[in-house]
Amino acid sequence: MAASLEILSWFCFLVGGGLCITGGVGVLRFPDFFTRVHAASVTETLATPLLLIGLMLQLDNWLDLVKALYVLLFVLITGPTAAHALAKGALHHGSKPVLSGDPKLQTGDSESNNREDESSNS
Amino acid sequence: MDRYYAYILLILGVFWLLLSGHYTPLLLSLGGGSVAVVVWFMWRIDRIDGEPFVIHVTLRVIGYSFWLFKEVVKANIDVASRIWDPNMPLAPVWVRLDTTVSTPLEKTTYANSITLTPGTLTTDVEDDHFMVHSLSEEGIEDLRRGEMERRVRKLGI
Amino acid sequence: MYTAAVIAILVTMVLSLIRAFMGPTIYDRMLAANVFGTKTVLLIAIGGHALSWTSFLDVALLYAMLNFVGTIAIMRFFEYVDPEEVPSEDLDEASDAGGKS
Repeated sequence: MAASLEILSWFCFLVGGGLCITGGVGVLRFPDFFTRVHAASVTETLATPLLLIGLMLQLDNWLDLVKALYVLLFVLITGPTAAHALAKGALHHGSKPVLSGDPKLQTGDSESNNREDESSNS
Repeated sequence: MDRYYAYILLILGVFWLLLSGHYTPLLLSLGGGSVAVVVWFMWRIDRIDGEPFVIHVTLRVIGYSFWLFKEVVKANIDVASRIWDPNMPLAPVWVRLDTTVSTPLEKTTYANSITLTPGTLTTDVEDDHFMVHSLSEEGIEDLRRGEMERRVRKLGI
Repeated sequence: MYTAAVIAILVTMVLSLIRAFMGPTIYDRMLAANVFGTKTVLLIAIGGHALSWTSFLDVALLYAMLNFVGTIAIMRFFEYVDPEEVPSEDLDEASDAGGKS
């Protein structure tokens, strides 16, 4: 029983860690703000629960277990609200999402590359 | 309405007891005092803010959470494969999604469920439609098929 | 095992920090800061357990709350103030070290 819990916890940590890095790579690679929100939600909706469940399987104090559950529920409930607030703010001030068929999608992260060039020149 | 505040008092009390872990008279009275002050603040805010919304955690809500979690896992696999694909097959769309959910609580649940699922993001909530940004056409097609909406409406909140 | 998880979290934090420095818009930076905050919660929770700290989960819970309130507060601020209208030196000081010209 204890051994299977240990293996399950290992599995959660490994998959969670992998997804965590995936989300980070996505935030870096995706071409515009709105697509990056989707990449960020990978780290918040699956990587965080998996890592916290992996941790919960290791805890032996039930009070700590409940607290870890609080953290998990809190992150899951507030995640969409924060994402919505960010997206609404971006739209409100005139950022328009890059849509399918836009040439920016093919060249990758052109917008921020330009910005980087600018700042290295100045 | 009084039952509502009694519930809040009970929930906050249990929350405090679980977080604290120390059960001496001094700390218990401090905890009781802070719970009372918070409930008083909530009562004051509710007078200005209008009707408070109450979500009853029923079996249906729990069943919906499990279904939503399954959907979230599927969507995560899809988005993760797009991130690691060297060609980055993105075809973002930003469209109007007609909805039939009516009560504010249903709308909130539906909009947040859409946002929680990676690959789809609600940017605006109007009376009869949402504006939804999606990484691909398929995400929107899934939403238009309306399974999530049906399940939200069945929650009866 | 904890080491592997902590390293994964640290790598993600570095990646989101790079995005926070690159920008290009204030919203990208806020998004990256939000991801960074969530990862901090995980780092405290897992690292705290690995180093057998006491009450590390209270710190993690508090940090999760601060992270959410911080994001909402800054987005409320920019709802009324257009980021383009804030003089760029102020923005540079407030939000980034390497980006906006």
